[in-house]
Amino acid sequence: MKRYSFLELAKNAFSAHKNWGRQWRAPEPKAEYDVVIIGAGGHGLATAYYLAKEHGIRNVAVLEKGWLGGGNTGRNTTIVRSNYLWEESAALYNHAIGLWQGLSQELNYNVMYSARGVMMLAHTVHDVQVAQRHIHANRLAGVQNEWLTPEQAKDYCPPLNIKKDIRYPVMGAALQRVGGTARHDAVAWGYARGADDMGVDIIQNCLVTGIRRGADGAVEGVDTAKGFIKAKKVGVVAAGNTTTVMDMAGVRMPLESYPLQALVSEPVKPAFPCVVMSNTIHAYISQSDKGELVIGAGTDQFISYSQVGGIHITNHTIDAICELFPHFRRMRMLRNWGGIVDVTPDRSPILSKTPVQGLYVNCGWGTGGFKATPGSGHVFAHTIAKDEPHRINAPFTIDRFKTGRLIDEAAAAAVAH
Amino acid sequence: MLLVYCPYCQVERPETEFSCRGQAHIARPADPDTVSDEDWVEYLYLRDNTKGVYAERWRHIHGCGRFFNAVRHTVSDDFLAFYKAGEPMPDLDTLAKEAGK
Ligand SMILES: Cc1cc2nc3c(=O)[nH]c(=O)nc-3n(C[C@H](O)[C@H](O)[C@H](O)COP(=O)(O)OP(=O)(O)OC[C@H]3O[C@@H](n4cnc5c(N)ncnc54)[C@H](O)[C@@H]3O)c2cc1C
Ligand SMILES: [Zn+2]
Repeated sequence: MKRYSFLELAKNAFSAHKNWGRQWRAPEPKAEYDVVIIGAGGHGLATAYYLAKEHGIRNVAVLEKGWLGGGNTGRNTTIVRSNYLWEESAALYNHAIGLWQGLSQELNYNVMYSARGVMMLAHTVHDVQVAQRHIHANRLAGVQNEWLTPEQAKDYCPPLNIKKDIRYPVMGAALQRVGGTARHDAVAWGYARGADDMGVDIIQNCLVTGIRRGADGAVEGVDTAKGFIKAKKVGVVAAGNTTTVMDMAGVRMPLESYPLQALVSEPVKPAFPCVVMSNTIHAYISQSDKGELVIGAGTDQFISYSQVGGIHITNHTIDAICELFPHFRRMRMLRNWGGIVDVTPDRSPILSKTPVQGLYVNCGWGTGGFKATPGSGHVFAHTIAKDEPHRINAPFTIDRFKTGRLIDEAAAAAVAH
Repeated sequence: MLLVYCPYCQVERPETEFSCRGQAHIARPADPDTVSDEDWVEYLYLRDNTKGVYAERWRHIHGCGRFFNAVRHTVSDDFLAFYKAGEPMPDLDTLAKEAGK
């Protein structure tokens, strides 16, 4: 792999940056792999990367029906934070925050992780109580989170409207300073390039249509648009399509798939210093380094695989943004899109072995899994390599719906990120 | 925004008058004491989440307030049927064929 460096940049300037070369190969599938990962989103690619890097398992393929990073990984609003309520979640998301901090160096790829702070607004007495409960729980679990008065919130984010006469006045905010954003595409590309360099085959335009099981019930391989591929182990990391893929192996999942939307404005000069989220009025906003305001909306109320949400959902979010940040009222919006998110009953992910020997599943990240990408790939690779969960993802089984040990993050993640 | 037909009020109204309540025809276990853990999981948490033709519950929350069922294609979001609560589930394959899906 050609390492990127200042020297390379200077050298390539002489040929007008026309000779950088491909970042990963476009191989045809081999007949057999030790591990096949279904889905080349950030989580699938990170899994392959850590399988090769930490466990020496390099005979791995990542199969993707479209182009890599074209699912929710390339569609999200890139918010990174770890202030979830329960200790199980704190451990999982904090593990990711730890990896985010060195990820650009690790991958030799600028993922543009920017810890600009994530501020979550409280608009009602109930919001204030819930936020403070979160802050205390987080402090006990060693997770950064602090309370701001409306005036302190405005100091941190000057565009914020803290007037008392708006429909949902700001009564305070929870701030996580290590929270922020990262460039979603770069995360997928960086992991893809790193995994490819260690010998992982990333096979795009390769829809998986079946999962074959042997007489003993164990996984034998997958049927794909490019024929049958034998595999000792199969990891399903297919986000909104997980139910469909797991049905191929006869495993029913506690998931429902909903459209979730985002939109961006025309690019403007730096005008917004941090990330602001409001669960109560369903609005999230930050500014990308290109200058676009990146705005996240809510999910539709019904399951769908359409990848387009209802326009009234985005309108509702824009209403809220205009009230909280009146000086954005004349901004023009450029693009709007949807992704299909897979939601579990307790709003926590599933990173787990399955009743089928050799079949593993990483799903249920719903509206908020981008932030967890490095940590998720890291512990899921461990689960596949060792055939047992890492300490951190041990609570996130499918079985928890039977034992009743749910990890209820509905308050933290109902629609928010 | 979808247009939803309420079979009780017999009117078509914007989706915002309604609330969608997930997969239809999931019967509560008649005798909870004899239900196995697996069956509780099935009843409480597992859903078909079908990519295709799906029967789901809707409630006319800002109208008559009643529950009814609808069949919808979850890729195009087109409705194929609306029927009252208590009526049997129509044959989904037939509906799909009629609609050319
Ligand atoms: C609008 C929006 C905003 C969001 N905002 C945030 C946010 O601010 N912060 C945050 O943390 N999270 C956010 N999320 C959630 C986040 O995007 C996801 O949780 C995360 O990206 C999931 O990554 P993944 O790799 O599991 O899934 P994906 O990136 O969706 O990858 C799954 C891949 O599997 C492929 N696939 C599916 N079926 C098959 C098949 N049969 N054969 C082959 N390939 C298949 C798909 O094509 C896809 O590329 C948001 C999501 C959306 C839609
Ligand atoms: Zn009605």
